[in-house]
Amino acid sequence: MIPMNSGASTRKVLEVEGLQIVARIAGHDYIAIDNISFSVAQGRARGLVGESGSGKSLTLRAIMGLLPANVRVTSGAIKFQGQDLLAEGGKYRKSVLGTGISMVFQEPSVALNPVMKIGKQITDSLMQHSDLNRKQARERAIDLMDQVGIREANKRVDDFPFQLSGGMKQRVMIAAALACGPELILCDEPTTALDVTIQAQIIELFKKLRSELKVSLLYVTHDIGVVAELCDAISVMYSGRIVEQADDISKVFSHPHHPYTKALLSAIPRIDGPIQRLKGLDNTGPSLTQRSQELAPPMTNVEPGWQIAPFEFADLDDLWSASSHE
Amino acid sequence: MNKPIFEARDVSVTFNVGRGRNKSQVHALKRVSLDVNEGEIAGLVGESGSGKSTLARVAVGLQKQNSGELFYAGHSLPKVRTLEDRRKMQMIFQDPYSSLDPRMSVKQAIFELLDTHNVLPKEKRLDRCKELISLVKLPESLLDSRPYAMSGGQRQRVAIARALSLNPQFLIADEAVSALDVSVQASIINLLSDLRDSLKLSILFISHDLSIVRLLCDRVNVINLGEIVESSPTLSLFDNPQHAYTRQLISAVPKLDAIVRDAN
Repeated sequence: MIPMNSGASTRKVLEVEGLQIVARIAGHDYIAIDNISFSVAQGRARGLVGESGSGKSLTLRAIMGLLPANVRVTSGAIKFQGQDLLAEGGKYRKSVLGTGISMVFQEPSVALNPVMKIGKQITDSLMQHSDLNRKQARERAIDLMDQVGIREANKRVDDFPFQLSGGMKQRVMIAAALACGPELILCDEPTTALDVTIQAQIIELFKKLRSELKVSLLYVTHDIGVVAELCDAISVMYSGRIVEQADDISKVFSHPHHPYTKALLSAIPRIDGPIQRLKGLDNTGPSLTQRSQELAPPMTNVEPGWQIAPFEFADLDDLWSASSHE
Repeated sequence: MNKPIFEARDVSVTFNVGRGRNKSQVHALKRVSLDVNEGEIAGLVGESGSGKSTLARVAVGLQKQNSGELFYAGHSLPKVRTLEDRRKMQMIFQDPYSSLDPRMSVKQAIFELLDTHNVLPKEKRLDRCKELISLVKLPESLLDSRPYAMSGGQRQRVAIARALSLNPQFLIADEAVSALDVSVQASIINLLSDLRDSLKLSILFISHDLSIVRLLCDRVNVINLGEIVESSPTLSLFDNPQHAYTRQLISAVPKLDAIVRDAN
């Protein structure tokens, strides 16, 4: 685990407050994300964990302003360095995307342009935001590639994505995300498509970037192991809500309070520790159109910096009973 | 119990790639030997491109080997399989979204297999379906559903029910739980483990996920670049890995910290 930067850096880079997102499906509005609040402090990493359909990627997309046409933010605020990204039709967001906030996607082979040299892709955003000439941009691309651990960067800079392996492509994505020196990188399952050994390298790279560049990470994944290695804060999402979150990840891991967090932790096969039967559930929450449309009740503090949602939901009980016959 | 039900002996597969000047050969499998004993779940782990899926395809006859031999219960398997050979071993694929025909209901999907192999009179087919669907712990009401109306976990259960419909003794699960969410993944792992016990199945479980393999398998084979580099009983493989590549793989798996105690 990365040592916490002591005291000095409790400044919040990202604050999400009471975010509600509504999706319009076949003429009806459904609440996709309800009343979620969390923050990312400078130089820290928060893991946003959940299974398919829990709303973790949607949350990330709302921050980036990449919501699909039928989905909109209906209330709440998303603040970057204290300023609301949603205000004035997203004018402020436009000015910080790329420079203050950047994003790394899950599938580097999909996210990269197959017919553009990688050097150019890395500096694309940089060229938008500064007046570097082409030669300088190329130098900068080589620097960045060095920084993310691509060997022989001065040769590789003219390669096309198909000439690189999956891990190298993801490094290129990360180099592009770093190009304008962002304070916050949003990561959408960046290692899910990679082999474990490559995943370990990318996690090391993120750790290095955190300690050297003091970038903050909001890291969306379903893989709790990755979160345990990389993040110091965690928010667990289920069915469009945050059910448990803590600024100190180890508390949630050693004493999870919410039944869903417990279920999730006991469903994970471990590489260390005793070999025991897992507790399986057979679905990952009601689909969007079948969810309760009641507003989420506020979360309660277990202690400062650790909140849980009240858990009398009937749907969670159903999950437990569905698994009990096994 | 220790009789092998499936054996691969010195199996090699070579693919020709490129054309003209760029023509070359890729050795997907290099003299691979592997045993799966009766009633055993044998793991096959490796990273992408290691040849693990090629081995699965060779085992069920979807891919011909260039050299080497395969045995089922001591008998050599021919390169062209008869229906009877195919009944003995069945495969479960990674993605139940694409391995099930979207236009067929669960019932039809199972009927198709029973009819092709002509193993049951028509009037007994429905009973068999019900039996299978309860074996994989799904409600009978699902028999008339189509894949789009089911969750990922339910679909994978249907794929397993279908694979079991011909009473195979040997199943090959190629990344069968990789596309599923963790909680659903756990229940499918439990199901496979239960089926092994109740039906005395033997399973070749192919995965890139070492933590799952550790939990489920009796024996683990590690494959790298087309070669089996280590084959040991699960406990000794994880406690005392012999090959450098195995050690590298194990150390790459993200670990929940030591502070993590049992969630319950």
